[in-house]
Amino acid sequence: MNEYNFAYLDEQTKRMIRRAILKGLAVPGYQVPFASREMPMPYGWGTGGVQVSAATLTPDDVFKVIDQGADDTTNAVSIRKFFEKTAGVATTEETEKATIIQTRHRIPEAPLRADQILVYQVPIPEPLRFLEPRETETRKMHSLQEYGLMHVKLYEDISQHGAISTAYAYPVRVADRYVMDPSPIPKFDNPKLEMDAIQLFGAGREQRIYAVPPHTRVVSLDFEDYPFEASKADHACDLCGAEDSYLDEVITDDAGDRMFVCSDTDYCRSRREAGHQGRLAQEDAA
Amino acid sequence: MYVAVKGGEKAIENAHAWLAEERRGDPGVAELSLAQIREQLSLAVNRVMAEGSLYDPDLAALAIKQARGDLIEAIFLIRAYRTTLPRFGNSTPVDTGGMACDRRISATFKDAPGGQVLGPTFDYTHRLLDFKLAADGAVPEAPTAAPRHEPTPHITKFLKDEGLIQDEPASDKPPGDLTREPMEFPADRPLRLQALTRGDEGFVLGMAYSTQRGYARNHAFVGELRIGTVAVEMEIPELGFTIEIGEIALTECETVNQFKGSKTEPPQFTRGYGLVFGQSERKAIAMALVDRALRWEELGEDDLGAPAQDQEFVLSHADNIQATGFLEHIKLPHYVDFQSELELVRKLRREAKERLEPREAAE
Repeated sequence: MNEYNFAYLDEQTKRMIRRAILKGLAVPGYQVPFASREMPMPYGWGTGGVQVSAATLTPDDVFKVIDQGADDTTNAVSIRKFFEKTAGVATTEETEKATIIQTRHRIPEAPLRADQILVYQVPIPEPLRFLEPRETETRKMHSLQEYGLMHVKLYEDISQHGAISTAYAYPVRVADRYVMDPSPIPKFDNPKLEMDAIQLFGAGREQRIYAVPPHTRVVSLDFEDYPFEASKADHACDLCGAEDSYLDEVITDDAGDRMFVCSDTDYCRSRREAGHQGRLAQEDAA
Repeated sequence: MYVAVKGGEKAIENAHAWLAEERRGDPGVAELSLAQIREQLSLAVNRVMAEGSLYDPDLAALAIKQARGDLIEAIFLIRAYRTTLPRFGNSTPVDTGGMACDRRISATFKDAPGGQVLGPTFDYTHRLLDFKLAADGAVPEAPTAAPRHEPTPHITKFLKDEGLIQDEPASDKPPGDLTREPMEFPADRPLRLQALTRGDEGFVLGMAYSTQRGYARNHAFVGELRIGTVAVEMEIPELGFTIEIGEIALTECETVNQFKGSKTEPPQFTRGYGLVFGQSERKAIAMALVDRALRWEELGEDDLGAPAQDQEFVLSHADNIQATGFLEHIKLPHYVDFQSELELVRKLRREAKERLEPREAAE
């Protein structure tokens, strides 16, 4: 496809996005405004992540895209195909082999390495948005580190429900400075936010980029007497037997029977190939 | 037995193939040509150009055809194409005073230099279905008049000459461009006008209507509404002078709104402004009303807490491509988030039940 530049965006635009990425890395957790472009896929469908990936990709990269942890979900397929077509880069489903991984709603189970970049798609980058709808106000709150409102919200959860009732997009504090929305990953993934790889967050519609550099302190907000808890379904994967992975619950018949399987499809596959078997593995093979 | 859902790729391909077939409809019916869309659905073409922010009737017609007549989808196609175009310069400001007007009306004066020209308007048609159109579309030739050659003065000029309407501060500062720089609040008036002119017609209409019904009411007279073509000129640095590079059709609306004044300043009318590609007069009038409502601060009015006065609210939600993308993205899989909520709700219910049960047993 020769009508478009490598990875679709023109070089000027990529430079502008790279500047925003570098600023984001220099000020971890700070939301950098950038002149997001209209992409040939809809806002809300990963345009921020796609622009960050486009500005980060080089011809030698190996690209992986996951949505809900899976490589074969429709929008992941669509984004992967977009870069196959416009950048001609190699793609993979193996976390291990990828140099850039674009994700929506999950962090892969396998620990990422220093030579990998994880690109998140972000719908609403502002962690304070649902407490204060005005951007002019929330920017002020960040600059003054006025995060009391967030703690009040978490406290109200506890007084009403006996627990913090945020299960995904659980707010974190980055490098003891900015409160950041880790994108709608389940809170199970929050502890993984401290990692060896670079993490870049792109919000296209909201025109923001932010970043967490490797080995940066990322703390999930909590209280001493109500500590943060990374939770998952209390089961093992029915296909690979993993007890440490985030699970999807699948309704298997009209009687409402359930099975639990790894949301990270590559993790599950590699475990099964290594001979691990879950409760229903035999049946599945049959 | 559960089988991991594979073949998303195949499903997407098949969906696209079916979509192409549906778009074409019954192959026994003649296919629409772009020229037919451009000529016979010209107001749809105008809307797509205005909200797509790209003046190209042929491309807009193509987008409408490809989008099966879904105008927001067509606007999206145009926007996505537009971002890939290189910018090689800026035009000089167009001179709407020199517009070759097809239509020019004023609600504030019975007559004025340049006259009241109704032009091709639906205004005084009776909205009765014309069944003749279903059979044959032949139309008798419309009568013509000699075109006016001299410029048509703006109505507000006459008010300005008498000092009755506020003057706009002149500025040589190039206007911002929200497609190149991220929007920041508060946005200045040129940026607001840019956001409004490419904003969703329905949204801008609703906002304007709300001001008429009392949410920051500021009664607007249509001082003037004009539709016609203007020359687009550009200064070519290599040449050192300005040349005409083309012509575009525009709709311009200037409203005359209620006056303000103070102890030191005598009362004066104020203005709202709308300028939209093509014949888009509903949009241009609505834009002028919303523009006027958003000017409350500079005109020393009170914040009435009305939605149309709140620029962050209006400008953040006017873009239909942003809105429809985010709205429709909730169709995408969210089962990972839902799973985490499912577990949380189960846990909270379990704990609540445990808290309630011992109490019941004690009763």
